[in-house]
Formats: sequence, C-alpha cells, structure tokens
Amino acid sequence: MERSEIEAKLVDLLVDELGLERDDITMEAKFEEDLDVDSLGVVELLMALEDNFDVKIPDEEAEKITTVGEAAEMVSQKLNG
Amino acid sequence: MGEAVSRVALVTGGSRGIGRAIAELLASAGHSVAVNYVSNASAADDAVRVIEAAGGRALAVQGDVGDETAVATLIDQVQDQLGSVEILVNNAGITRDDLIMRMKPESWDEVLQTNLRSVYLCSKAVMRGMLRARWGRIISVSSVAGVYGNAGQANYSAAKAGIIGFTKGLAKEVGSRGITVNAVAPGFIATDMTAALGEDTTSAAVERITLGRLGTAREVATAVGYLASDDASYITGQTIVVDGGLAL
Repeated sequence: MERSEIEAKLVDLLVDELGLERDDITMEAKFEEDLDVDSLGVVELLMALEDNFDVKIPDEEAEKITTVGEAAEMVSQKLNG
Repeated sequence: MGEAVSRVALVTGGSRGIGRAIAELLASAGHSVAVNYVSNASAADDAVRVIEAAGGRALAVQGDVGDETAVATLIDQVQDQLGSVEILVNNAGITRDDLIMRMKPESWDEVLQTNLRSVYLCSKAVMRGMLRARWGRIISVSSVAGVYGNAGQANYSAAKAGIIGFTKGLAKEVGSRGITVNAVAPGFIATDMTAALGEDTTSAAVERITLGRLGTAREVATAVGYLASDDASYITGQTIVVDGGLAL
C-alpha cells in the first residue's frame, strides 16, 4: 500500500474514531500534546489501525508512537516489511 | 426499570456458590452467560443445564483464570461461541486460611493469583471489546474480609482489598468510554466456602450480623445483577457491601 494511501486512511480513522478535526491533523502533530488525545485514546487508535490495516502492532512498539507520522510509519513498516 | 437488553456475560468461578447464583440471575435477565470453572466440569454442566432449562443461553468454559494463557483461550472461546464479553463478573476465589506464622508462601501466592491476578487478567482480556463497544460492565466479587479484615485470612483479606483498589483505579481509567467498574463485598453467605468454617465459627458470625442470619448466594447475585444493568449506569468505582449489617 502506498504511503499516501496509508496516511489518508489514518486521517479518516482519527476523524471517525477519535472525533478529531481534520484540519488539525498533520503528520508532525503529537497525539497527546497537539491533538489532545489521551493515552487511552492512543491505545484505541492503535486498535483501530490493527483492525483496519490487518496488522499486529506489539505493545513495546506501540509505546514509542507519539505523532501521527510515526503511526503511519508503523503501519507502513508492518504492511510493506 | 430500563428495557432489557441481551448481552454476553462471563462469570468466573461460575459453577458453584455465589458465582453460580450470579450466572443464573444474569441468564434470567436475558443475557448469554459463559460459566467458567477450573475443575468441576459436572457442576458447570449442571449450571448450563439449569439455565437452558429455564430458557436461557449458557456455555461452560474451562480455565484457570489466574493463568494468562488459559484466560486468552477461554476469552477466545466465549468470543467465538457467544460474542464479545460485555459483562465480566470476576468471582473466582479460593481460601488458604492460616495464621501468618504458619502461612506458607504457596498459600499466599495461590490466593493472590486466583483471587486478584485473575481480576487483572480477565479485565484486560475483555477490555478491547468493551472499548470498541463504548460500553462495558466489570463487577468483581470482593469480601468483607477485604474491607474489615479477617484473622487467619491475611492472604485472602489482602487479595479482596486489592480488588477494591483495582476497581477504583480501573474505573477512573475507562470511565470516559462508557465502562463501569464496581465491586460487591459479601459478608457471611451460605456456600461451600463458609460451610467449611464449621458450626462454631458460623454461629459466632451470626451473632454479629444485624439481620441475624447468613446471606444467600442469590442476595449477592441480585446486587451484581443491578450493577450489570443499564439502571446502574451512573455508578462506578464503588463497592457495595452485602453483609446483612455485619459492620453496624
């Protein structure tokens, strides 16, 4: 899957699942500081990523994700190796 | 009362005693109930038969809830056969009573594992589905031993008090997602566990109970049933003491 496609789908998930404003979301945005997503919200996002992209993100890798771009990168790595 | 919604419930240690009464009560409220047991398959099968005979839906699931592999397996089994667990009742419990001077580390560890570690493992295992559903009920069976303490039960009292702290912490963590977490602390209830105490201990206990008698498993189950219902939607982090006025 193309990186741009992953990013677009990720933004859709952030809007649909976490109720974020589309305009606020950039790849550099930090979930907790910039987007006001609490730590449980990040866990929920990762669950949604696993379901939607059919990938498995181990807890120890998930803990390192702080920005939207890092989440996209994680999915990209899992999908494309 | 709100309109009855049929949900999927899991009752750990649901084949006998208080757990059995909880399983039957949740089934009679229209929920599909997974009856977990560790060793007594015939008791679990009997619970399922009784529930089905009354027109309910039930499933017996074997597994030691203190063991994480067993918990993963049994949660998968419930998910496959009944659906995602929406009501979790952490009821499984054992006693290994002894004076602290004689208490072996194994007696401490076994009680903490079965009575408290299980609560953490099962709650974690069902959390994904509850978060997704934005709805969930976790109800754990504590004990008056965890509230007031019992001599000869330092291990059991510690585990049951641990449940109350766990309940408050998790309630705060997941409250914003529509999941409530509560506990029920039974006093002296007539079950196999209290029958093992002997007549002298039991009659001494009854003298301290305001209502002048032991409680029944069903009287605990109705409190659990209330907390599991939509009617209890604004109650979380609480421990309801069901002890006939033991502390008064």
